[in-house]
Amino acid sequence: MTYVAKPKIHHPKLPTNTLGFTRRDYEGAVSTLCAGCGHDSISAAIIQACFELDLPPHRIAKLSGIGCSSKTPTYFLGASHGFNSVHGRMPSVLTGASLANRDLIYLGVSGDGDSASIGFGQFAHSIRRGVNMLYIVENNGVYGLTKGQFSATADRGSESKRGVANTDDPIDLTSIAIELGATFVARGFSGDKDQLVPLIKAGIRHRGTAFIDCISPCIAFNNHAGSTKSFEFVRQHNEAVNSLDFFEGRAPITATYQAGETIDVEQHDGTVLRLRKISADYDPRDKVKAMNFLQERKHAGEVVTGLLYVDPEVKEMHEHLGTVATPLNELNEAELCPGSAALEKINAQLR
Amino acid sequence: MPKPLERVNDFVVKFANVNGSGSASANRLFVMSIMRMGIPISPRNIFPSNIQGLPTWYEVRVSEAGHNGARGGVDLMVAMNPETWDADVASIEPGGYLFYDSTKPLPRSKFRSDVTVIGVPLTQICNDAYRDPRQRQLFKNIMYIGALSALIEMDVAAIEKLVGEQYGGKEKLIQPNIAALHMGRDWALANLECPIGLRLRKADKIGKRIFLEGNSAAALGAIYGGATVCAWYPITPSSSLAEAFQRHASRFRTDKASGKNHHAIVQAEDELASIGMVIGAGWNGARAFTATSGPGISLMQEFLGLAYFAEIPAVLFDVQRGGPSTGMPTRTQQSDVLSCAYASHGDTKHVLLFPEDPRECFEMGAIAFDLADRLQTPVFVLLDLDIGMNERLCEPLAWDDKRRFDRGKIMTAAELEAGKNFGRYLDVDGDGIPYRTLPGTHPKRGAYFTRGTTKDRYARYSEEGPVYVDNMERLLRKFETAKKIVPAPIIRNSKIATKLGAIYYGSTSPAMDEALEILASRGVHLDVMRVRAFPFDHAVKDFVDRHDRVFVVEQNRDAQLRTLMMVECGLDAAKLEPVLHYDGTPITARFITEGIGRRVQPSRDMRGAAE
Repeated sequence: MTYVAKPKIHHPKLPTNTLGFTRRDYEGAVSTLCAGCGHDSISAAIIQACFELDLPPHRIAKLSGIGCSSKTPTYFLGASHGFNSVHGRMPSVLTGASLANRDLIYLGVSGDGDSASIGFGQFAHSIRRGVNMLYIVENNGVYGLTKGQFSATADRGSESKRGVANTDDPIDLTSIAIELGATFVARGFSGDKDQLVPLIKAGIRHRGTAFIDCISPCIAFNNHAGSTKSFEFVRQHNEAVNSLDFFEGRAPITATYQAGETIDVEQHDGTVLRLRKISADYDPRDKVKAMNFLQERKHAGEVVTGLLYVDPEVKEMHEHLGTVATPLNELNEAELCPGSAALEKINAQLR
Repeated sequence: MPKPLERVNDFVVKFANVNGSGSASANRLFVMSIMRMGIPISPRNIFPSNIQGLPTWYEVRVSEAGHNGARGGVDLMVAMNPETWDADVASIEPGGYLFYDSTKPLPRSKFRSDVTVIGVPLTQICNDAYRDPRQRQLFKNIMYIGALSALIEMDVAAIEKLVGEQYGGKEKLIQPNIAALHMGRDWALANLECPIGLRLRKADKIGKRIFLEGNSAAALGAIYGGATVCAWYPITPSSSLAEAFQRHASRFRTDKASGKNHHAIVQAEDELASIGMVIGAGWNGARAFTATSGPGISLMQEFLGLAYFAEIPAVLFDVQRGGPSTGMPTRTQQSDVLSCAYASHGDTKHVLLFPEDPRECFEMGAIAFDLADRLQTPVFVLLDLDIGMNERLCEPLAWDDKRRFDRGKIMTAAELEAGKNFGRYLDVDGDGIPYRTLPGTHPKRGAYFTRGTTKDRYARYSEEGPVYVDNMERLLRKFETAKKIVPAPIIRNSKIATKLGAIYYGSTSPAMDEALEILASRGVHLDVMRVRAFPFDHAVKDFVDRHDRVFVVEQNRDAQLRTLMMVECGLDAAKLEPVLHYDGTPITARFITEGIGRRVQPSRDMRGAAE
């Protein structure tokens, strides 16, 4: 594998956002994943979302673990600092980065092996702490780089490419994320960009822990008839509970809907999430109902997608820790070092 | 019966207690009041991995000569724990003294004929004076301090003053304690022959010295060194380091105007997450550390390789305990030297610092952050339980206000804007240290991808052999640079020319100093070198080359520093003779004297030479 930079030349009439960036400015290197990989669609959705949100690319930090999904940060946001860390340990590295500088936007990219198996503990604890981040799991139910072993999100009874059935129960990361205190939890599908882009935008703008479980079929090892993470299966069993429109601030709402069909959720930063309800009895602001609904549909064999849970009024880790507004990495000697006079007082107390 | 010991300001008192019985504060009162008499002391907690009920000991060496090392042996045993009675009594030196609670009669066979037995009916006195069972237990502790004050001639006024300080002037708490103190003292004066042969006499041997624990000092070093992020997981004997950082930070690191914190402390879910957070924070430009012990170092191995290879600053305080595995969690050793020096798979080498006492824990605790930033790599400060969790008398802490943090090579937005060439792993200065950029610095320039996989000078992924070798060779050059900036070894030559040398490090210092005096008095003269850091300065090899025989004194089984010296300096194994103490207790002058003495003067018995 080699690093290939994309040519910088682009069409002169390519649209720009308010910062003057084109969509191309949010791209990264050429992907080295398999042609048709769901992960590349997610990368494209991230690029689209960041472009549409007018984010300065250098103010985003993208962190990942190890695996196919964790490689993808190379393929988007080339002007952002990236960190491809250790298998299953992205959450702790991201947490530390956030501790050092609370002003950047943190995007954590992981996979089902990375987050549901080896990194299940760090996944759980980063959510408990309320780290301000968007955590995306690109979930294909399989270990791709090591050639097709089941992961912990593979459904019981689903078959590997060789026809072996999985005998272990799956971990549903969305249910766990809601349980552990994530304040924005969604499930997307790499094959549905229209649904995914607004979810990513809303997740980035959510202050607190936003988690998206994005089903992303592995076309090399998990896109066959016996798989429950194939394009075919997900399309047939996908039940979207809502459709999300994301508005910056009090942006004019262009579409009109009949009363009772939409839910508006205003987030802490003033952004508005307008949810067009598809499933009539689903309210993503009710944690207990959301959890019940997910369990119910899971038993019915459906894959629920959309914004599953949101709590717009949240505190993130820095508020829990009571840290100053200035990023810790910008503090200098004057703020940090008590000096010799204070040390003399300490000495005097130790005699 | 041998003559009862007669000693002034030079003896060892050991308290045998039950964990959780409230004896700790009484015992501390004992040492503080001796210190206030101007007499140097060095106490050691000997405690089990337990919360309540198991035996604990508190060993206090009184030494006007200022010997801070453990001595070995006990002159006065304060035997308050029936469970450990037999072993406690057996450990008393011939001619020594046994102090015990004589409320319940014990058969003659429970005593020794060669020690002076001092019985005080503490339980009886307490039961008569107090009704509340909790009070009966707590005041028993201060009562034995009162009895001892009469027996060894402690300064009662000093004790009373300390009780006052301890309870912050709250009369309601002070008075009952003072009363109990005098109850014990008066009983002893009325019923016992006071004083005994072990006595205190006011001296003026403390000077400006201070009394503190290494863990607290190291945490204060982290404050002065500018650490803002602490991520840790509780593990004995390092927990008190992170807790001390919390205390110091509350005091010194709060923004006065907003009340907000100039620090962030996270108790992580495990050691992997702790070091992961430290690495994430270091990558993002904050000074970050973790505090741990051997098992934590084992868990952090993979991350440490990442920090080495991706070149991210990190500071680790490893308060060493007895290994391997869970080992002896509450005992001391220097047994993580190799697992830290070569932490992680693949070819790695790490910077280690070896503080000798709390003062150096402070200094190295601060320097570690400069070194980590300058070298862009993990730096380990290797304390051990003996200096970490025990208070030690040492020189006052000092700080030069002109000193500035060395943040190392960080390329700024202005430099990037001006078009300065940035290659994350490009050796522009020939010292092996590249420039880094912090995330969020410049809108268009300086972004790079950090990874544990091989990369070229511009941080681009590559598995090409020459690219890999180029990078690995640069890391070696960087390690050469480290040799020049880590604390140099301290060499002290004997007054009498000698071809014998000894090398030691860390908490071995006070025992070594004392051993050298004894050995010299026996005609054995040695030049000594205290190693303070790895990688080794050229002086380490030169020292060995200058001598015919070199003893390497360590507190582990496998002579880990010796191995490191052999490997890294190409030294001859035959020339480096290990002197190894590793039973979990702190090394003593007696042990070193015997270990070196029997090799150089096989005919002489060096045993007991330290007395």
